[in-house]
Amino acid sequence: MSLLDHHPSPIARERAAYRKRQTVRSVLVAAASTGILGTLLVVAVTGSPGWERVRQSFLDPRIGREALPEILSGLWLNVRLLVFCALGALALGLVVAVLRTLRGPVFFPVRALAAGYTYTFRGLPLIIVIYVLTLGVPGLRLQGMPPVLVLGGIALVLTYGGYLAEVFRAGIESIHPSQLAAARSLGLTYRQTMRHVVLPQAVRRVAPPLLNDVVALQKDVGLVSLAGPIDAVRAAQIATAESFNYTPYILAGVLFVLLAVPLIAVTDWVTLRAARRQAAR
Amino acid sequence: MSPPVLSCRGIRKVFGGQVVLDDLDLDVAEHEVVALIGASGSGKSTLLRCANLLEEIDDGTIALDGEHITDPRTDPDLVRRRIGIVFQAYNLFPHLRVLDNIALAPVRVHRRDRAEAEAQARELLARVGLAEKAGDYPDRLSGGQQQRVAIVRALVNSPRLLLLDEVTSALDPELVGEVLTMIRDLKADGMTMVLATHEMSFAREVADRVCFLDGGRIIEEGPPEQVLGEPTQPRTRQFLRRIIEAGRLQVG
Ligand SMILES: Nc1ncnc2c1ncn2[C@@H]1O[C@H](COP(=O)(O)OP(=O)(O)OP(=O)(O)O)[C@@H](O)[C@H]1O
Ligand SMILES: [Mg+2]
Repeated sequence: MSLLDHHPSPIARERAAYRKRQTVRSVLVAAASTGILGTLLVVAVTGSPGWERVRQSFLDPRIGREALPEILSGLWLNVRLLVFCALGALALGLVVAVLRTLRGPVFFPVRALAAGYTYTFRGLPLIIVIYVLTLGVPGLRLQGMPPVLVLGGIALVLTYGGYLAEVFRAGIESIHPSQLAAARSLGLTYRQTMRHVVLPQAVRRVAPPLLNDVVALQKDVGLVSLAGPIDAVRAAQIATAESFNYTPYILAGVLFVLLAVPLIAVTDWVTLRAARRQAAR
Repeated sequence: MSPPVLSCRGIRKVFGGQVVLDDLDLDVAEHEVVALIGASGSGKSTLLRCANLLEEIDDGTIALDGEHITDPRTDPDLVRRRIGIVFQAYNLFPHLRVLDNIALAPVRVHRRDRAEAEAQARELLARVGLAEKAGDYPDRLSGGQQQRVAIVRALVNSPRLLLLDEVTSALDPELVGEVLTMIRDLKADGMTMVLATHEMSFAREVADRVCFLDGGRIIEEGPPEQVLGEPTQPRTRQFLRRIIEAGRLQVG
């Protein structure tokens, strides 16, 4: 029988109808409970004795509007830093992870260096790395010293490169040795095996944790403001100091969340897809 | 006379204090099909992996067409391009489509033109009845289909020698047939093969010579009718008796 002219039996139709009724029911229940909970929350907050004070000092629309341009220009710095640092850290992490897999005495120094790097930068607080790079390194007074912003970016890349290298390494080690044997038996060299067989599978497998670290990086890029450049949070801090009102902080926080939403959504989608693929096996 | 395609002399392989292969000799002539039989753990897979330089031998020599491939100065990557191997668990690359699994070595190793390599892959797939699976990922294929793709992948390098390690033991009985047909066709084409197997009927049908491995050596070898029908060594008899009891060899 062809796929198209199949008529479902009464039992199948009854099953489909039941499932549909169940779906409608759960949607209604979810909508009702969300509505009730939301109303209760709003009533509790706005009805509290200190609500007027809090609203004035945290949610003042006029102050928010005044601070917005500064915060947005700070946010633009966050976005640019995020893009460059994420790409830099991913590339560095991948290279370090691959170097750590090399076997043989020739590669001992490379391996040791790569291992030493990941140990150091995973253990070192980011703030210290930023201070050392942005305040200490320029003190050397070398020729052609890059601007502070670039040095701060390098600090972020070094720190996150260490985390990402470990994620990549876990992915590489999760690939079964039989895949290597199959590739080598076809005459592929070690490099070709890595490039065409191991890494594509490894990266796919660890994509969710990689993206998770990128989301974390998004919140940390603002720390370069410790060295001078003004990011969104620093801009909010300046505005707050001028007006004695915390609205700019709330505004910056909301903008950060909005910025993170697409990234987090992508992470969830990739994770879900990976889980599905795993389940299909 | 030309030298044997594969010539193993005094092979010794030790895994952490356990001697798996012990002074083993094996010659395989051109167009010959040799079946390795023996108990689980007798070293059949190890021997095949050594021949493909996936394991390093501890003593002895292995020659391919008279050339010593176990000499540390030979490039193992070049040797492996001349020997195909197929594993029990297929080991297809799950992230590549069937076509790309097959075309990977021609394109990357032999630097062939991609379109040309894909055309050849399609032709080989068509010959084993898998033309319409070219664009699928391996996990969408049945076990028998995956194993046939793995064999095609090993053949695409036009190897001098094909090593088959229990290529049917992960398969349901209905699927074994399609893989066996493929191997019979290869034999008809004159491919030189060494296969490790637990299927005595398979060994009897395709092998020119059967070798029984025990204690790290080949203790009995000869035509299948003789080794499987009238074995002379007590160890071989004992092994075959157990196989018959397990129902894997029809008597007669
Ligand atoms: N990489 C390894 N490390 C340590 N021991 C190993 C390794 N590979 C194989 N062995 C050991 O070598 C012995 C022979 O293994 P091998 O896989 O060659 O046997 P086999 O004849 O192929 O068995 P089967 O019929 O079950 O496939 C076994 O005892 C096994 O435990
Ligand atoms: Mg085996």
